[in-house]
Amino acid sequence: MIDGFIALYIFMLAAFVGHEVIGRVPVILHTPLMSGSNFVHGIVLVGAMVALGRAHTGLELTIGFIGVVLAAGNAVGGYVVTERMLEMFKSSKGDRK
Amino acid sequence: MSDAISVRGLIEASYFIAAILFIFGLKRMSSPVTARGGILWAGAGMVVATLITFLYPGMGNYGLMTVAIAIGGVLAWISGKRVAMTDMPQMIALYNGMGGGAAAAIAAVELFSGADHGLTFSVLAVLGGLIGAVSFSGSLVAFAKLQGLMKKTVRFRGQQVFNVVLLAVTLVAAGVIVVQHTGANVVTVFFLLALVLGVTMTLPIGGADMPVVISLYNALTGLAVAFEGFVLQNAAMIIAGTVVGAAGTLLTQLMAKAMNRSLGNVLFSGFGDTAVASGEGIEGSMKPIEASDVGVMMAFANKVLIVPGYGMAVAQAQHKVWELAQLLRERGVDVKFAIHPVAGRMPGHMNVLLAEAGVPYDIIYDENEINAEFANADVALIIGANDVVNPSARNDPSSPIYGMPILNADKAKNVIVIKRGQGTGFSGIENTLFFLEQTRMLYGDGQAMAAELIQSIKAL
Repeated sequence: MIDGFIALYIFMLAAFVGHEVIGRVPVILHTPLMSGSNFVHGIVLVGAMVALGRAHTGLELTIGFIGVVLAAGNAVGGYVVTERMLEMFKSSKGDRK
Repeated sequence: MSDAISVRGLIEASYFIAAILFIFGLKRMSSPVTARGGILWAGAGMVVATLITFLYPGMGNYGLMTVAIAIGGVLAWISGKRVAMTDMPQMIALYNGMGGGAAAAIAAVELFSGADHGLTFSVLAVLGGLIGAVSFSGSLVAFAKLQGLMKKTVRFRGQQVFNVVLLAVTLVAAGVIVVQHTGANVVTVFFLLALVLGVTMTLPIGGADMPVVISLYNALTGLAVAFEGFVLQNAAMIIAGTVVGAAGTLLTQLMAKAMNRSLGNVLFSGFGDTAVASGEGIEGSMKPIEASDVGVMMAFANKVLIVPGYGMAVAQAQHKVWELAQLLRERGVDVKFAIHPVAGRMPGHMNVLLAEAGVPYDIIYDENEINAEFANADVALIIGANDVVNPSARNDPSSPIYGMPILNADKAKNVIVIKRGQGTGFSGIENTLFFLEQTRMLYGDGQAMAAELIQSIKAL
């Protein structure tokens, strides 16, 4: 069970990690990084799958289905646009890869 | 029973690995050298977490689930592959809104099922649902605005009071749900109110401020995902959501700071596209120039600094501009790109466009790296940038953008401004740079003008 203070500790530590990870990012990576973090919260797909998997009534099934569609869009779309943006970064000395 | 336990252990272990991959992926994405690997790491984490979730105990509806993933995934894949680089900001807004909507959907399923999770979990479910729904409808409005589907900025008297009242009513509905655990009607009303709130919050915000707003909704979606993660007891969602919530908040602050505005200012002042009657008493006039003269000027210069802005993105001129820069570099001219943090519609937007055209990132410089160099530059070529080179920000305390860090293009020996017409920039503020003695205006479309410059230099 993730409960009470354990939950608070996880929340606090993860918040520090998020803050630190992005702390020294150069401006040129702001847009790709926003896109990348947008992809990471696509993990909501996992929760949407569980919600749909446990749904019983028609209403729950409908909302759960929409939730999974939206979450899959978030994850896949976020990945594709981030990957496309980052693919273009190269230095004048280095080669394309 | 032992089977169920080992499956449970496998799932938890996979989520653990996914969380580590996400964090390292984001870490790698914060440096240009390792950035490309970063998204692959995070992507691997997502695949692991998604596949293992099919083994989750006590689930059904696998057919529906697969169909839903296929629909959402394929649509997003196609749209993501097709979207032009200039339209990236609104695409991120759209995908972000989908994530927020998914978080709200999870909350809705939990709340409609009427299951009693205890007070803490009910509060988190409701809060996550509220934030997710606001992020969903707000991001859609941001998308519509940037896509040009919604041209007008809707404002009415007492709008802020209206929003506060709406928020209060929504929170009351949330309270009723938490305390009574019942009433599908109340839950429905609650979600409708939250969706309306997202719309009315975003409508009055001007287009210039949209990047900050998208970044804020990105952070909010992360938070909503984390809250729903607590409700579902899902560690991967908690950690990934919280990390994004914190990182997104910091990124939002960085963006607002680069624009010299506080977040509250962005959300509540509605400055984004009000025309400000400033620039009275500007001396001098705008002096036009021909492309051929500019070509000569640049070809025989020692140092040329190119300042791109949103106008370059609109004109799709980045390829021509890089061709021009290469031509000058072949002639031995020192060419550098000077990028303001908020040039374009998002921080880093210009870098992405220039990278698309093939400009190596080591001749692209930030405002604080390059500003000292304008003093010994022969030519500062401004392409579609306006407010970020307006000297009023430095020397006119009455200007709305006073105090905003700008590129000191006015210090260059010659300033050439490529611009479609005489209008003001996005903020509606008159640019004193255009009236300076050493400034010449090259009127025309960015791409066409860059092409003319290339021709005139080749003809030398």
